[in-house]
Amino acid sequence: MDLVLPVVIVGLLGLAFGVMLAWLAQKFAVETNPLVQKVEQVLPGANCGACGYPGCSGLAEAIAQGKAEPDSCPVGGPEIWSAIGKLIGKEVNNLEGKKAVLLCQGGEEVAVSQAFYQGVEDCRAASVLNLSFKACRFGCLGLGSCQKVCPFEAITIDPDNRLPIINLAKCTGCGKCVEVCPRGVLALVPNREQVLLACQSLDKAREVRRICQLGCTKCRLCVKVCPEEAISFAEGRIHIDRQKCNLCGKCLEKCPVGCLVKFSPKGGIVTYQREKSKEKAGVTT
Amino acid sequence: MDETLVQIFKIFVSAALVDNIILARYIGLCPFIGMSSSLANGIGMGMAVTFVMVLASIVTWFLWFFILLPLNLEYLRIMVFILVIATLVQLVEIVLKKNVPNLYRAMGIYLPLITTNCAILAVTFFGVDYGYSLLEVVVYSISVALGFTLALVLLAGIRERLRFSRLSPFYQGYPIAFIATGLLALAFLGFKGLV
Repeated sequence: MDLVLPVVIVGLLGLAFGVMLAWLAQKFAVETNPLVQKVEQVLPGANCGACGYPGCSGLAEAIAQGKAEPDSCPVGGPEIWSAIGKLIGKEVNNLEGKKAVLLCQGGEEVAVSQAFYQGVEDCRAASVLNLSFKACRFGCLGLGSCQKVCPFEAITIDPDNRLPIINLAKCTGCGKCVEVCPRGVLALVPNREQVLLACQSLDKAREVRRICQLGCTKCRLCVKVCPEEAISFAEGRIHIDRQKCNLCGKCLEKCPVGCLVKFSPKGGIVTYQREKSKEKAGVTT
Repeated sequence: MDETLVQIFKIFVSAALVDNIILARYIGLCPFIGMSSSLANGIGMGMAVTFVMVLASIVTWFLWFFILLPLNLEYLRIMVFILVIATLVQLVEIVLKKNVPNLYRAMGIYLPLITTNCAILAVTFFGVDYGYSLLEVVVYSISVALGFTLALVLLAGIRERLRFSRLSPFYQGYPIAFIATGLLALAFLGFKGLV
């Protein structure tokens, strides 16, 4: 008897709760797209959040709804991308993978140096205290940690402005340079034409103007001019939605600083303002 | 009448401030750190925990005094209480998924983790251990949940500001959040002796 009673009590309680939940689940049932589960099964399931969605289920939902591209999972790689592409009936033409890009244009002549650095030739060593010889605390230090870590010798440091140059033909998109960069100015992007913000600064406009000629001053003209509303301002910086952008180039034209750049698989990063100034120079002479 | 009001006020102050579940008792730190990255998430988590906590304390109070105690089954308390909490969390999850899908998505793994949120189990235990009446248990659980939400909102506000401040990379993210938590706990020490 001593044994039966607790078993019965707990069993009855469990049954009651179970029935209640089952009834509620039916009453509040959400119609889910069966596609979501299929996509989620294909995804790696690590819930790493690298895609920017809350876990793999979040991305699966976005893909099924068409809000995200099938190649949004940076961990997955081409095999998983094409599997997802098959599932949702969308051709994945981005099987060439990702490339590393430098999202800072603050080279030696452009960004202000506030000190001389005499130490180990390594960005990580130079930024141990977060402050470094460059006045901008978000900018590229150019000491070549990325160059040293690159297993494919795809990165060289430009002797003129001390910024890394990425050889897209050699870059495999492994992301080692992105990992090693203490400033976070390197990023992996899909290898297709797109507009990028080549400035990571979260500083206020006055500070940016003081320390860098090519720093984003958060004037938000690009946000206003974009006809597709692909550019937004949040958390102190500009965000560009690759899905919405149709590469019209109006933001590149409007940007008074020239910190918006165009990336193409062939030419790498091209700065609009720099091209324009070249043209102007050509006309006047 | 006056005496019960005074008693209720005492319970409120002691549960929400003096014995703040997070900052004085150090219970429920996992969702506290996990969900305090932004103010909106913090408030959402606070509301979900409040709901589960109050309902769980009421249901477990009835189960304790009308089933477990009369039948001398005190030793089943952890199992039965967890059963109640898990059911309630599932209930919240189902309702949120239907009615507030955005919050559901933002809470992600932390919503099912309310099941194992020790703060809720602790409140159900304290509720019966202190020998509170039903009214007192309701007040107690609401106060604890308010204290939890208060701590969560305080830290979320601090962390939103910290994101834009100049910090050494060693401190960025969780380390500074824990330091801020410690300072908050020190500040809450000031409430000691209030009741």
